[in-house]
Amino acid sequence: MMVGSVGLSAREVWQGLWGSDEASAATIKIVRHIRLLKAVVAILVGVALSVSGLQMQTVFRNPLAGPYVLGISSGASLGVALAVLGGPLLGIGASSMISSLGIIGAALVGSGAVLVLIAAFSARIKDIMVILILGMMFSSGVGAIVQILQYLSKEDALKSYVVWTMGSLGDVTPTQLWIMTIIVAVGLYLAIITIKPLNLLLLGEQYAVSMGLNMRRSRSLIFLSTTLLAGGVTAFCGPIGFIGLAMPHVARALISNSDHRYLMPAVVLVGAATMLLCDVVAKWLLLPINTITALLGIPIVIWVVLKYRS
Amino acid sequence: MISLHHLSVGYGRRFLIEDASAEFVRSRLIALLGRNGAGKSTLLRAVAGLSKPLGGEVVVDGKNILALTPQERARFLAFVNTERVRVENLRCHDVVAMGRAPYTDWIGRLSAEDERIVEESLRLVGMESYINRPMDRMSDGECQRVMIARALAQDTPIILLDEPTSFLDLPNRYELCLLLAQLAHQQQKTIVFSTHELDIALELADDIALIDSPHLYYLPTPKMIGSGHIDRLFTSTNVTFDAQRRRVILS
Repeated sequence: MMVGSVGLSAREVWQGLWGSDEASAATIKIVRHIRLLKAVVAILVGVALSVSGLQMQTVFRNPLAGPYVLGISSGASLGVALAVLGGPLLGIGASSMISSLGIIGAALVGSGAVLVLIAAFSARIKDIMVILILGMMFSSGVGAIVQILQYLSKEDALKSYVVWTMGSLGDVTPTQLWIMTIIVAVGLYLAIITIKPLNLLLLGEQYAVSMGLNMRRSRSLIFLSTTLLAGGVTAFCGPIGFIGLAMPHVARALISNSDHRYLMPAVVLVGAATMLLCDVVAKWLLLPINTITALLGIPIVIWVVLKYRS
Repeated sequence: MISLHHLSVGYGRRFLIEDASAEFVRSRLIALLGRNGAGKSTLLRAVAGLSKPLGGEVVVDGKNILALTPQERARFLAFVNTERVRVENLRCHDVVAMGRAPYTDWIGRLSAEDERIVEESLRLVGMESYINRPMDRMSDGECQRVMIARALAQDTPIILLDEPTSFLDLPNRYELCLLLAQLAHQQQKTIVFSTHELDIALELADDIALIDSPHLYYLPTPKMIGSGHIDRLFTSTNVTFDAQRRRVILS
């Protein structure tokens, strides 16, 4: 909270946070309304994306699964693109469509639809590589559709979409923060009650069912949780890559345990801490948050690929 | 006890086994034999209630197995498949503890009794010293034995195993099948295992279920040997099998 366009000392931050008499009005405003808000958003994003990445890696039994790779973030992008760009094209009032609730709804519907699609495919196709490739193809397809929409769109709609895709932790209003907190909390609650199914799924679907797992129910709950977590934060902050894919591996390496009762809290902590760190670096270098998470995440992903190859 | 009523299994429209009826009773070790692709795994999955048969039904305790909830089923029947499972950083103890899933609470907390069963199961398969070892530092055979310990921990009257001996060396194959026979007889379990080891099956199993597509023959082992089905089925141009002497003869 000390880092930003206005440098603040730890003391000033502390004073601003509690509204002490020595703090100036400007400091209080910066600390409480901008920095604190952004820090909370960073924590929520880190936690949500990391937990959804862990869920996807376990359910699909693939170390390279994650909200981004499987196309869930792309689904959210498509939803948002259709709402922000497609709406005006069809003559639906732009201002009302771009209202935050519209974007959130569109992102959730988009990511949920992709997840249902992937689940339907994965029930028929056992080979997880095929699923991953389908996810990537879907992402490319979405990219193409979004480009067509962009090509046809007016400047203002285009701009609000492009700004959304760059990812930002700072554009969340206090009201939106409440909605986001509730969505993430519900997603996390579902994640916690599905810890036992996730553990059983480590051994594969057939074993899990033979040990009493209700596959349909558990999978629905887990996918709903992932949709809320990944789709929810994507709606508010844009697609933020690599956190969901990389953080579960960092957590596993740190605690050397695959039991989700330990892994889940570890992932939550690692995700929150990493996202805060990324935010600080982004503020320092004045770069979009997406670029930082990618630069940090890519080496981790390469490490994972090399590790599983041997 | 588990019975098959006019059971037909296969995939798509292709029937591998048609109209099979059999009764697998308690305290018996049953070997399921058949050539490659005869439908051993498909039959076991259907019996375990993991896939829908093409016709007929599997009945446990007077109920169709598919009518039970997954949890009820998991208290009746444990299953070991051929998949090579190896999860990084997952301790032996935790794998076997998963077998207690049908009995534990929402987050899978183990009671002292559960812990005792986990240790006992590992001891039975001779893996008690591996209790804290992660799966990625064990051999295929060791992983296989841990998966079997997991099925034992499930504490079910019926255990189905799909080629449990496939990753084991010769002494361990016999040891495992001796253990299965012992469990069946001492703890009154019904244990069905599919295998390609004809000699072990004929030596140790009480009954033989033989798939000769589309038929399923089910007889006590001595009768099956006398029936000539085995010699007929396991014969090709250059190889014959003598069930009486349990020997392969090359022509």
